[in-house]
Amino acid sequence: MTDDMTMREVKGRSPWVDARRRFVRNKASLGGLVALILIAIIALFGDSIAVWSNEEIDFNVMGQAYELGGPSIENGHYFGTDDLGRDLYSRTLQGTRISLMVGIVGSFIAVVVGTLYGATSGYVGGRTDQAMMRLVDILLSVPFMFVVILLLVMFGRSLVMLFLGIGLISWLNMARIVRGQTLSLKHKEFVEAARATGVAPFTIILRHIVPNLLGIVAVYATLLVPEMILIESFISFLGLGVQEPLTSLGALISEGAKTIYYGTIWQLGFPLLFFVVTLFAFFFVGDGLRDAFDPKDR
Amino acid sequence: MITYILKRLAIAVPTLLLLVIISFLLMHAAPGGPFTQERQLPPAVLANLNAKYGLDEPLWRQLVSYVWGIVAHFDFGPSFIYKDRTVNEIIAQGFPVTLTYGTVSFVVAVVLGVALGVSAAIWHNSWLDYLAVGISIGAQVLPNFVMAPLLLLTFTWWLGWLPGGGWEGGDWRYMVMPVIALSTSFMASIARLTRASMLEVLTSNHIRTARAKGLPESQVILKHALKPALLPVLSYLGPTFVLMITGSVVVDFYFSTGGIGKSFVDSALNRDYAVMLGITILVGALTIFFNLVVDILYAWIDPKIRY
Amino acid sequence: MTNLFDRGMHMPINKLLLTTALSLGLALPTLAANVAPGDTLADNQDYTYWLLDAIKSMDPQINTDVEGSGVLRSLFEGLYDEDQEGALVPGVALNHDLSDDKTVYTFHLRDNAKWSNGDPVTAQDFVYAWKRLADPATASEYAWYIELMQVKNAAAVIAGEVPVDDLGVKAVDDHTFEVTIDAPLPYFPKMLTHASTFPVNQKVIEANGDKWTEAGTLVGNGAYILKEHVLGEKVVMEPNPNYWDNEHTIIQTVTALTINDQNAALTRYLAGELDRVEIPAGQYPRLKAEYPDQAVSVPQSCSYIYMFNLDEAKGPEALKDVRVRKALSYAIDRDIIVDKILQGGQWPSYNWTHHSTEGFQLPDIDYSHWTQAERDAKALELMKEAGYGPDKPLDLTLNYNTSESHKKIAIAVQQFWKKIGVNLTLNNMEWKVHTDKMQNQDFDIARYAWCGDYNEASTYLDLFTSYSGHNNGKFFSPDYDKLMKDSKTAEDPNPMYTAAEQILADQMPMAPIYQYTKVEMIKPDMRGMSLNNLMQNWYIKDMYRVAN
Repeated sequence: MTDDMTMREVKGRSPWVDARRRFVRNKASLGGLVALILIAIIALFGDSIAVWSNEEIDFNVMGQAYELGGPSIENGHYFGTDDLGRDLYSRTLQGTRISLMVGIVGSFIAVVVGTLYGATSGYVGGRTDQAMMRLVDILLSVPFMFVVILLLVMFGRSLVMLFLGIGLISWLNMARIVRGQTLSLKHKEFVEAARATGVAPFTIILRHIVPNLLGIVAVYATLLVPEMILIESFISFLGLGVQEPLTSLGALISEGAKTIYYGTIWQLGFPLLFFVVTLFAFFFVGDGLRDAFDPKDR
Repeated sequence: MITYILKRLAIAVPTLLLLVIISFLLMHAAPGGPFTQERQLPPAVLANLNAKYGLDEPLWRQLVSYVWGIVAHFDFGPSFIYKDRTVNEIIAQGFPVTLTYGTVSFVVAVVLGVALGVSAAIWHNSWLDYLAVGISIGAQVLPNFVMAPLLLLTFTWWLGWLPGGGWEGGDWRYMVMPVIALSTSFMASIARLTRASMLEVLTSNHIRTARAKGLPESQVILKHALKPALLPVLSYLGPTFVLMITGSVVVDFYFSTGGIGKSFVDSALNRDYAVMLGITILVGALTIFFNLVVDILYAWIDPKIRY
Repeated sequence: MTNLFDRGMHMPINKLLLTTALSLGLALPTLAANVAPGDTLADNQDYTYWLLDAIKSMDPQINTDVEGSGVLRSLFEGLYDEDQEGALVPGVALNHDLSDDKTVYTFHLRDNAKWSNGDPVTAQDFVYAWKRLADPATASEYAWYIELMQVKNAAAVIAGEVPVDDLGVKAVDDHTFEVTIDAPLPYFPKMLTHASTFPVNQKVIEANGDKWTEAGTLVGNGAYILKEHVLGEKVVMEPNPNYWDNEHTIIQTVTALTINDQNAALTRYLAGELDRVEIPAGQYPRLKAEYPDQAVSVPQSCSYIYMFNLDEAKGPEALKDVRVRKALSYAIDRDIIVDKILQGGQWPSYNWTHHSTEGFQLPDIDYSHWTQAERDAKALELMKEAGYGPDKPLDLTLNYNTSESHKKIAIAVQQFWKKIGVNLTLNNMEWKVHTDKMQNQDFDIARYAWCGDYNEASTYLDLFTSYSGHNNGKFFSPDYDKLMKDSKTAEDPNPMYTAAEQILADQMPMAPIYQYTKVEMIKPDMRGMSLNNLMQNWYIKDMYRVAN
């Protein structure tokens, strides 16, 4: 998603074309991108070949997951079933969708808030800048995972709360990075020119500063997604994740890990495969983007 | 420099206070209290409990007396759930445990991570590099709640080499699995960071100059490349150290180490207000402290940075 | 090989005592660790068992949970103990007299009972402990228990209305303890094995304050003393040389390990680190096949239900219709839940009181004999009558707290109810939130379970009276209240209990689901585990290991 955005935005501008060329040359990143697209396609369209829905219980298998619940083409459980006899194939797909959504929405919140905050702080400068950055310092010293747990415990578990909790704190580093970049941008000629012609500060930030930050933002956004997915999985492990019958990759893995002692290896294996491939892909794409935008390589 | 440190310390106090107030209010806003039970307590019994623990006072007064207890007597209050214990005792028992396996994991993660990252960078694009990148990403994406039961199955059940849990005052056999479970993903992050920053440094001008002077490669790396390459890693280590301590819930859960990670999650779930606040303050203070330490180290290593 | 359950069943009533010490001494009727004939003791007499969580308190009057009570039964001894089958046997009290109006109990205490510091255990210790339980200053969460025992003035003392000294307990002399209760209570003696009634040592408590329960400081009168207590890691206990029956204590070191993950605990049992562990839901059949002499399933006095919210204001309209409630209950396939989800020999339940409760007679509940197909058909019919059906679905929410088996049952029930046109939304909450919502009637349907405090049906049935503090579904029935009130003074309350159950079956204020069993792995050389004790009150002093 982030890639599309950057690609569209860049048309005609030479640094972006350079970046794209460098990115495409990087085999690992390209592979990552392909893997991501594949995962997305499977997650979105794979349900059409599913025999069971994500919540249906196969009463023939229920309670005998070890004996009967293994992966099988015949009974339609391609990835086997969980202990209750629910189809892991459609659950894995549905879990992948939730995990991707948590990752992308979470990092989107972080990016929007962080970019605007950082750009404003850097552009306005002076005391405002100091105060705004002090606040970031203070928030950074809040034990992050604690607050997420607290929020979920206090206000009940919901996807919104999950996004809020994760998004709330992950924008901080983003804000710092963006501020640093803004400081170096703000004395560039085109910004000075805009200011001289009387453009309002907020318009300058949106029109002139932010577009020039998109490269670095894209890199960090891509790297934030797997982090978000990892955080969500930890929250699921604590039993504070999404509500049944919905699931996430983290929840599936955590369940699979708990039953690993009993030989139902597919309950861990398939969700873990999706999880690992997704995260690998995001890391590779992120690394590739970073190399592609790295000015030192030019 | 000294003024800078003092300034930072001065801001730490209001920060912690803010943290306490927010956590306190969040906690009290949550449904249920420490004495909410499946078997509902009769009103008279509940009233006695609330009176004993001061929960019948107005919120602001509870907050003030709590903070005052800490400031005046360094007393974090009694646990509402583990009624034989005070928060000070619970932390005094759990924190050394967490600190011990956290520190060991940290050292392991840093040493292995830096070694792996540096080797990968030196032999860039060789099989070693690919292996290192593969291992580090693999380790980073394997959650420790998956690794912990796998370790338990392997070392305790199949091989029978290690005890499946407990702490026993820090006997090394009880520490192996916690350390592996805790350090792996951090080791991976450190390796990735080190590799990236080492690659950058190795292509920089001053390394080219050093090479041009005819210095042996090992000298170039050890004397000139390593220090600047580790700078970005350093800034990652402060938060990491704290994360290792707070992220130990999984370790405590699977290996019954009795550290404060599990205590925190339990206290939040049980509404054990005082324990939860106590641990939050501890971890908040640690976070502030290690961020400061990192900044000071930064300035010390890189003289160009001035505060 | 027979399993432990069978072995327990065949335990001889008159146990022959084989330890050398004993063959010389006098055979008292209440000896601990009665070694069965033919058993040879093993050299190793250490016992390690599993705790799910850290022990919250070692103070008998403060403790609130079952695991804590287990430890307390080793460190302290109350008036009476229970034997392997759950019958009362002398503890500190040898016997008691009951006044003609059945309200004054006079307990005669043994004169050889000692605290672990050598002091004699006297009636004053009981007076002190019981007053302490009721005293508002102690703020015990189990203060309600002494109210439940109907000890005179208990409620007023707890409420702070009268001084603590007015509590109806008295030390007539050092070895005579007298309790006055408000009204006759046939099961009063059965309530005395509860940990909150155990004596405590006033001197030690006053000298050490809240710290008196630390290892080394704690003084008890039980068969064991506390050696070590590392919160969240382990509890270690050793025999108490001052215990009056110490010569018959066989297990030498008791270790209780806290392991939060049940699966990890089972793994460690299989690796030989534990002697007793609970089996996670669904794993019993396979373990039973693999370890027939170790996997055990025995009844446990707890009952699992889905409670309907009938509250005037907050309960959903649909649930006020008894036809809907019945339909919901009928449509739950309890056999699937028991045989395919829990798989530990649990009892599919069509009533509230645990079926093994002493003296309790089940009424003839019609739908318990039907096939599931018949129940489903009837449920559909009732839903239709009430104006619902697959074309006009009913939306309801089920609240349950975080736990693997609650989750599985909820998911299955969601599917069962789909068939009769109910769209069930699952709402999983952490435990405190679940409880809080339930107690404030903020729910449609909520998972609930109740474990008996003593082995008598009223411990269950009192819950659905209008004056009960636990009737969270707000089911009110004057007939039911009257039955339960009358049962308190009845010569034989059991027919009334049966009638009360019949009202529950007719009105269906909740859907019964299953009754518990304790499903465990126990090392095959362990004996004296009290498996047939429905309350699962075991005493480590009764245990021993045999040489195989």
